[in-house]
Amino acid sequence: MDMDMLETSKVNGEAFTGMVQLIHAVGMHARPAVKLTKLAKRFQSHIAIRVEGAADWINAKSVAKVMAMRAAHGSMIEIKALGADAEAAVAALVDLVAADFPETGH
Amino acid sequence: MQADAARLAYRGRTASIGFAHGHFVRFNAGASGKRAAGSLREEAEAFRNAVHAASRQIADLAGAAGGEAAQILEFQVALLEDEEFLDPVFALIDDGVAADAAFSRIIDEQMADYNSAPDEYLQARSSDLADLRDRVLRILSGGGESRSLSIPQGAVVCADDLPPSRFLEIDWSGGGGLALLRGSPTSHVAMLARARGIPMVVQLGSVSNASVALLDGEGATLELDPSVEQIGLFERRREVHRKNRASARAILRRPTASWRGERIRLLINIQRVEDLEHADAQYADGIGLMRSEFLLDGTLPDEETQYQAYDAVLRWADQRPVTIRTFDAGGDKPVSGFTPEGEANPFLGLRGLRLCLSRPDIFTIQLRALARAAVHGNLKVMFPMVTEPRELEAARKLFAEAVRSLQADGVAAMLPELGIMVEVPAAAMAIADFKAAFFSIGSNDLAQYVLACDRSNGALASLMDPLHPAVIELIARTAEYGRRSGRAVSLCGDMASDPRCIPALLDCGLRELSVNASALAQIKQTIDRLSSGGSGG
Repeated sequence: MDMDMLETSKVNGEAFTGMVQLIHAVGMHARPAVKLTKLAKRFQSHIAIRVEGAADWINAKSVAKVMAMRAAHGSMIEIKALGADAEAAVAALVDLVAADFPETGH
Repeated sequence: MQADAARLAYRGRTASIGFAHGHFVRFNAGASGKRAAGSLREEAEAFRNAVHAASRQIADLAGAAGGEAAQILEFQVALLEDEEFLDPVFALIDDGVAADAAFSRIIDEQMADYNSAPDEYLQARSSDLADLRDRVLRILSGGGESRSLSIPQGAVVCADDLPPSRFLEIDWSGGGGLALLRGSPTSHVAMLARARGIPMVVQLGSVSNASVALLDGEGATLELDPSVEQIGLFERRREVHRKNRASARAILRRPTASWRGERIRLLINIQRVEDLEHADAQYADGIGLMRSEFLLDGTLPDEETQYQAYDAVLRWADQRPVTIRTFDAGGDKPVSGFTPEGEANPFLGLRGLRLCLSRPDIFTIQLRALARAAVHGNLKVMFPMVTEPRELEAARKLFAEAVRSLQADGVAAMLPELGIMVEVPAAAMAIADFKAAFFSIGSNDLAQYVLACDRSNGALASLMDPLHPAVIELIARTAEYGRRSGRAVSLCGDMASDPRCIPALLDCGLRELSVNASALAQIKQTIDRLSSGGSGG
């Protein structure tokens, strides 16, 4: 997926953005990354995340990329989504991170 | 352990406590032999099929194991469903690379990336990648179904490293143990071993071959082809361990430890904020050592990130004391962009406070974060690897400047109590020259420097004795100076977590020990025993 298309909004719906602090004790590691990508995949929208101010946006549906992002404990995560369900996607992902990846929702 | 009694004894790091006495089985987790590559189309097809087969196998394993094991394997399943991860493999195959070589290359790149992280947790995840790589390669080379491993029940399994799915394929129902030459206590397989109660020792270096092994997950030792005497001692340790477990849990809940009527403060060492989640952490008298270098997670953290982490620990501790050690990078803990490269002897190089003082730009950020956090709790800050009093004074000056600058900007900040780690022999011998508020003995490095033994070198295990009279003498002198001058002295090295060292440490005059949370119950029990006239176990 081409993340640049998120920069040019209104392709197919409106772009939504969100920001949330990563409170998970060890940062964005295996289990949080799996939870985040699983949730992202439930939405049709293109969803990208990055550590606040990082150069590259990465695909929130790729567990390999999310792990490689190495977001540390306490960092701010920016989320943006583009597509029909973009608003709901951003809200759900912000909730997941803010609630510290609870053990539910399967 | 006596060197003469232990003919083939190795020491590593504890990953899971327990005892195993059984056949010694070498296990090679590597992939099988070569396969003949087909056409581009066949290779892509073979790879697609292998991914499906691997997903199914891992899902079956996860289903059978359940619980924590299933969660651990979920990461591998997620990778196999990740197009961004698989696409580069298909691209290589399109370029004419064989499926197995293409997959290995992509996984190895990812592993190199994980391994370059200074974060032990992320490094440990690279063994999950190796696990996945080996499984897919086995399938590609026709090894199809995952073979049930022919390892006798109760065996001590020895491998370079062991991936989580291979651990689950071994039948542990008859006990047994795991001895890894590399590996890490924070790996997924270590979590599985702890959950299953399988003793596990990691980082043994290299070991010779043998038919029988004794694995002591408590003392982190592996003894090969043991003598009757060694077996007798081992079985006694195992029996003591079994009896201790139950009573230790009860003793842990008592408010304080005491020895001969004096209160012994037991604090914990933490590596990460998550270590506070250990069930026993709440019973500690405080945090004796927080290793702040865990924050150096690939990048240098900014002031706000550091402040949040320190503040989280102080809030957890409430009014209990928290001693944070400033970045102890260098030596065996390199950090890119911070530690020097190409030092011939990094353990004797620019590390600890030496390094921080050479990089006041980086150090000042940490001192500002600490000065802000100090307002909220009982914070003490200590500097590692101090040789000369002027190093402490230089750090104090930087710290005071950081506090002044924050206050000038209207930010609440204060200078916490400042102490030093006692780990350089020269500092231990000239201890009275330091105007430190407290001392914390770093017995791992102190012993390594006094004995001139690299503690990661398994061949020196029998010489690397922290109870050597020279080491004990320096500990006793430091404790004695603290007592005379009214300064607190604690010890935060591995010795404090080792029950066999406790009598000597108490005899040295130490009344404050900082241990790993997992050792807290046992150490509290050991002190209780000694206090009531026992021999310590």
